[in-house]
Amino acid sequence: MASFFSYLINGISLGSIYAIIALGYTMVYGIAKMLNFAHGDIIMVGGFTVFIACSQMGLPPMVGVLLSVVVCTLLGVTIERIAYKPLRGASPLSVLITAIGVSYFLQNAALIIFGADTKSFRSVINIPPVSFMNGQVNISGETMVTIAACIVIMITLTLFINKTKAGQAMLAVSEDKGAATLMGINVNKTIAVTFAIGSALAAIAGVLLCSAYPVLSSTTGAMPGIKAFVAAVFGGIGSIPGAMIGGILLGVIENFAKAYISSQLSDAIVFGVLILVLLIKPTGIMGKVIQEKV
Amino acid sequence: MKKFMTAAVAMAMAMSLVACGGSDKETASASTSNTDSKEGATFVIGNSGPLTGGAAVYGNAVKNGIQLAVDEINAAGGINGYPVKFVCEDDEADAEKAVNAYNTLKDQGMQVMVGTTTSGACLAVCAETANDNMFQITPSGTAVKITEPENVFRMCFSDPEQGTKAAQYISENKIAQKVGVIYDSSDPYSAGVYENFAATCKEYSLEIVAAEAFTSENKTDFKTQLQKMKDSGAELVLLPFYYTEASLVLKQAKEMNFAPIFFGCDGMDGILDLPDFDKSVAEGLYLLTPFSAESTEEPTASFVKNYQEKYNDIPIQFAAGAYDSVYVVKAAMEKAGVKPDMSVSEICDAMKAVMTEIQVDGVTGKGVTFTKEGEPNKQPMAVVVENGAYKLK
Amino acid sequence: MKKMSKKNKTNLITYGMVLVFYLIMQGLMMSGHMSSLMKGLMVPLCYYMILAVSLNIVVGASGELSLGHAGFMCIGAFTGAIFAVTGGKNLPPMLEIVIAIILGALVAAVFGFLIGIPVLRLKGDYLAIVTLAFGEIIKNVVSAVFVGLDSAGFHFSLKDSMSLNLLEGGEVIINGPQGITGLPRNATFTIGIILVFIALFISLNLLNSRHGRAIMAIRDNRIAAESIGLSVSKYKMMAFVISAALAGAAGVLYSHNLSTIQATSKNFGYNQSIMILVFVVLGGIGNIRGSLIAAVVLTILPEKLRFLSDYRMLIYAIVLIAIMLLNSAPKAVQWRSQMLDRLHAKKKVKEISKNE
Repeated sequence: MASFFSYLINGISLGSIYAIIALGYTMVYGIAKMLNFAHGDIIMVGGFTVFIACSQMGLPPMVGVLLSVVVCTLLGVTIERIAYKPLRGASPLSVLITAIGVSYFLQNAALIIFGADTKSFRSVINIPPVSFMNGQVNISGETMVTIAACIVIMITLTLFINKTKAGQAMLAVSEDKGAATLMGINVNKTIAVTFAIGSALAAIAGVLLCSAYPVLSSTTGAMPGIKAFVAAVFGGIGSIPGAMIGGILLGVIENFAKAYISSQLSDAIVFGVLILVLLIKPTGIMGKVIQEKV
Repeated sequence: MKKFMTAAVAMAMAMSLVACGGSDKETASASTSNTDSKEGATFVIGNSGPLTGGAAVYGNAVKNGIQLAVDEINAAGGINGYPVKFVCEDDEADAEKAVNAYNTLKDQGMQVMVGTTTSGACLAVCAETANDNMFQITPSGTAVKITEPENVFRMCFSDPEQGTKAAQYISENKIAQKVGVIYDSSDPYSAGVYENFAATCKEYSLEIVAAEAFTSENKTDFKTQLQKMKDSGAELVLLPFYYTEASLVLKQAKEMNFAPIFFGCDGMDGILDLPDFDKSVAEGLYLLTPFSAESTEEPTASFVKNYQEKYNDIPIQFAAGAYDSVYVVKAAMEKAGVKPDMSVSEICDAMKAVMTEIQVDGVTGKGVTFTKEGEPNKQPMAVVVENGAYKLK
Repeated sequence: MKKMSKKNKTNLITYGMVLVFYLIMQGLMMSGHMSSLMKGLMVPLCYYMILAVSLNIVVGASGELSLGHAGFMCIGAFTGAIFAVTGGKNLPPMLEIVIAIILGALVAAVFGFLIGIPVLRLKGDYLAIVTLAFGEIIKNVVSAVFVGLDSAGFHFSLKDSMSLNLLEGGEVIINGPQGITGLPRNATFTIGIILVFIALFISLNLLNSRHGRAIMAIRDNRIAAESIGLSVSKYKMMAFVISAALAGAAGVLYSHNLSTIQATSKNFGYNQSIMILVFVVLGGIGNIRGSLIAAVVLTILPEKLRFLSDYRMLIYAIVLIAIMLLNSAPKAVQWRSQMLDRLHAKKKVKEISKNE
């Protein structure tokens, strides 16, 4: 029983990180209708920023986290401006390949700047672990902070989208770009804001990821990025609560698959579940069904 | 528009073809000048390893180790009076890319290969060197089948060697009875050590109570595997993989209040040198390694010192094995009396013949000799981490 | 009638290009003017061309984004490799590889069909992610499976090679993550080029046939195509299965070019699938000739950039982004057509002035 709870908590913790990354994926997809394959690598940049700020320059953790959010936001907006904006109106595939190019670029730039050796990341979270059931179940400080951050982010984002003008503009752009333009919404600006928010979330996810699993290399973000993409599709891409549910479910399924079926085949099982969900509900758990017009 | 694109790409293709032709001639002329004029004659040693991607740290360590040895040898007058040139290419730890890298190295005039760094790539390349009859010694390719061709030798321990020695050591020193294993099933090295360890366990009356795998895609979260180890009552957990992942395993085990004896293989060496690594989690960790950077004995101490001076980094056993491999090549070349103007195949035949006769005092072992099968005869050291430092057992 | 002949002409140019490529390369090789690197790259060029052409059937003609193409390549590669170390062991090399290619293509086609049933029910990005998922599942399972052969037949395990319980004299064929070793390297440039021709023949004929037009009609407007009575699922499935079979054949070529294969994320994972997709997009979606050229250029480019050492992949990424921007950005396209117009205008002015 204790093991079961451990697996569950680990799953939720991992899933919360997936969820925060998936939020970025899903927002960008909802508004720009593009799969931003470079999203995972922004996580890596966020991790490295904190690493440089805290471990190398000795700044306090909070400053490091803020710095990382700023760097990633700027990076996200810059990438959008240089690589994606000129392609607005081009085939979605061209945008996808460009995003892959950006992903290669970030990974290899990091490899050259920071070197090939894996860095040991010092956690920015200093909360002692909590024990349950006579010490059989332990919850680390990182886990608690991750789960809390995930909930806070989701509530803030939902409020932002539903209550602010900028949020409403995003909704409008995601529904119909042309109509939004007619209503006086600056589509380019809205997309830029979306990228900024998505990248800021990636920075936070990067800090949490590296705190929970304290290693850092140029490929740190690649696999969590893909997993989060799967999570976003799982929950219904474009939907914020969907990304949340998808992320956490994915984390839990992955951990249970590892624990009770096979640790080698856990990825195959996760992908298998994804396929099943999509077959039953082709737009994901929370996805909207859009009627095709003739 | 499509036509424009096609034309542009066709142009690019034509240019790249021209470029191939061009570079081809260059290498041809380079190799002739290499062999014809006696004064400029050099031995060319080649290596390929992952210089980019997730395994780049090992590839770079090997590259640095070879470079250091080559520089030393050149400073001391070269091999048989000829200087040595070192060429290195990236193979991304992939079999297909490794063959491309090997062919590129051949174009650069490589006569002897010290490589490749990783097992999977090495399996593909050793078939190529066997085909060309080029002398090859891998500093770190552990898969058994690598040394099947006659021309291929190995500086490190093979998978069975590591697995068996670990089982033997644990049993003979009565460290534990119930053993758990966590291994990287996507890595031939790790899976190979596990398989051979498991196969020899019975012989040494050890019981494997749990064996859990992870893959290169999922190498950050080990809590599930550790929980299973904990539930199985394992007294010792074998970690036959590299130190970066191992550092995570150790940290997560501590978070879970799980404290068995952890036991690593040669890939574990380097764990204490990870910057910012919390050394307290590695307390009591055993590892079987042919090399320890802490050693004060020669030639290890000066190797570590020179390496640190040159690269501002503490060498891991990959670098040490690579460094030794070059000296093995030197010893074999001197014994066989080869010259740079001999063909690749002639050099290989001459070196192959003397490999069983040479003996090398290296940083990964004293008095290392080689069997006809291509395996090194050396003993691993058991090292245990005490008070944040390696201690010889 | 005129239009038909134009199509035939472009097809002939495509075949001719491959033939010329083959003759030049063969000539360079025979006369010893080719570097070892280029010699080693000849067979890979062939299988990448086949992969690009085959993916173009799905992405270009049927308009579905597939991110799991390397999975079919993986199936073909392992089928071919298993045959090579079992049934084909004592056959003459030529016969061995031909049978292996047929087997690999067939098995990949069967998988293409099975995977196609669920996949083709989905649309757009959902279809893309499911193909990615299948690709990863294939790679993941293949790298976890152990297969042994002894006098009692085949044994399978998902745990380790010990649990195969092989009898005396039994042999482990697929050793899990360590894959298959000791493969014969029977692939040659000539066999590769023949396979490229076959792939071209199949795909060009498919595209120019009634079936092909139906597939493209579905791509352009599914609802309209359905309303004139085209069976969407049948034609989509056809494109998907043919594409899978060709990828399987390319996989066999891959496994017969190396002495060892392992299912890693590098060679059969989504990275490889994306690589093939890059060939298709860069060469022009639906443009078979373009994919051939892109496959050749993008396979040679990273090798030729080796002199840049650490900066190699960085430059490659920048080149990729730059090409995409120049090639597809609406502004760049507009600028290009303007320049072309001006060029044409100039020509016309010249012609007019000449006439005068």
